Amino acid sequence: MSGFPHRHLLGIEALEPSDIQTILDTAASLKEILDRPIKKVPTLRGKTIVNLFYEASTRTRSSFEVAERVLSADSLSIATATSSATKGETLLDTVQNLEAMKPDMIILRHQSSGSPHFLARHVRPAIVNAGDGAHEHPTQALLDALTLREKKGRLKGLRVAIVGDILHSRVARSNLWLLSKMGADVVLCGPPTLLPPGIDALASVTHRIDEAVEGADAIMMLRIQRERMSGGYFSSTREFHIRFGLTEARAKRAKKDVVILHPGPMNRGVEIASEVADGPYSVILDQVTNGVAVRMAVLYLLLGGASEAES
Amino acid sequence: MGTPAGFKLRQELMDGSRLSRTLARMAHEIAERHPDPARTALVGIRSRGVPLARRLAALVKEALGTAPKVGALDITLYRDDLTTIAPNPVMKGTDIPFSIDGWTVILVDDVLFTGRTVRAALDELIDFGRPARIELAVLVDRGHRELPLHANYVGKSLTTSRQEDVQVQLQEEDGDDRVLLLEREAARPAAPAAKPKPKRKRR
Repeated sequence: MSGFPHRHLLGIEALEPSDIQTILDTAASLKEILDRPIKKVPTLRGKTIVNLFYEASTRTRSSFEVAERVLSADSLSIATATSSATKGETLLDTVQNLEAMKPDMIILRHQSSGSPHFLARHVRPAIVNAGDGAHEHPTQALLDALTLREKKGRLKGLRVAIVGDILHSRVARSNLWLLSKMGADVVLCGPPTLLPPGIDALASVTHRIDEAVEGADAIMMLRIQRERMSGGYFSSTREFHIRFGLTEARAKRAKKDVVILHPGPMNRGVEIASEVADGPYSVILDQVTNGVAVRMAVLYLLLGGASEAES
Repeated sequence: MGTPAGFKLRQELMDGSRLSRTLARMAHEIAERHPDPARTALVGIRSRGVPLARRLAALVKEALGTAPKVGALDITLYRDDLTTIAPNPVMKGTDIPFSIDGWTVILVDDVLFTGRTVRAALDELIDFGRPARIELAVLVDRGHRELPLHANYVGKSLTTSRQEDVQVQLQEEDGDDRVLLLEREAARPAAPAAKPKPKRKRR
């Protein structure tokens, strides 16, 4: 009979396994609404949510927007390319101005790690982290976990390979937190230049993809984040594909019922071959549907119930 | 299962066999009014309406040879007090795996009290389609309606005070079949708000 003892969702790191369980169970139960003839429930009527995105996003933003609409919240989306941020307004000034319009929640994506935590200390609305720099992307890890749980029936004891650009990936960090908290066995794989130093203290690490995918229950491919790269992390995308790309032949080294995940957007022919992305083991589109369910669960748990969670 | 904290037992309203006979009588009434169960569905309101709907469906099948379909409604997302109760109620999910367009839907719940649960259930049901007719079956009608609603099939009607509570216990959920009339104990000095484990009807 657990409620959800948090006011914000800033990252996976601060969550207890029971919190993760609550979010996943709630998401699994809310997912049914998406198959109804009328995909709308009145649960968050009268709640206002601001989607504040300082970075480009298709999936995450539209997924939050769909979740907000299904739950009947009022929402507005601000893409900073067309906002006052281009005139030099600081994050805190922007948010304090938005706060004056009395929203109940702010969904923030920002290029600086820790920005949602900073906001949570300074403003009243609930804050949901939709990706902060290379730090965390909690709803992505939750939707990956929901997908894995649906396909495998459990998280505990699964062998999960996370392959690619670990260094720049908030998805990898959130997933590493979540999967280890839930008892899965994570192996990270990428070129030495794209692995953060010291990460071997948190998970096993290999530089050979064949080794990483061997016997895996799930393979999570990460996008090469060229927009965050300033130096030469690898010689060419072609070489990266040859050494670290997931091809059909490599996928065959995993378990027979392996599932292959990618948070999107994909670089086809770089980190993942097209025949794998479109193949029978790919659950990439299930991830997108589950993304809506997980975000509905987060909105419901943070905004449903009494507004001041006093537990 | 004992009585919830803060309540004491006043009276056993039904024992197991009385409850079975009551359900049999209700199923009989349903069968009489809907002799063709092919386009009739019994939809239970979670939690205890669901096992009651299943039992009624089995009894209707005994009478007519065909069982009506059974579904489950979780009205949590349609509650009118969602923003005033803490913590978040746990959801168990809605499950209506058939089209209800043009069907007769009989909502089933254990206790009819203020009517607010039924209001939420009607709203949710109508989001699933346009039934030809919606009826309501309840095991106990304890009065105190706050909305203009009434039940078509009632197991037992009784007059209660607001200090009382009616608790239905079912084999499937509680390990035993019985209906209890409880009475709130005299205000205890600053009792911690301990949630009773078996969820009582909130409204």
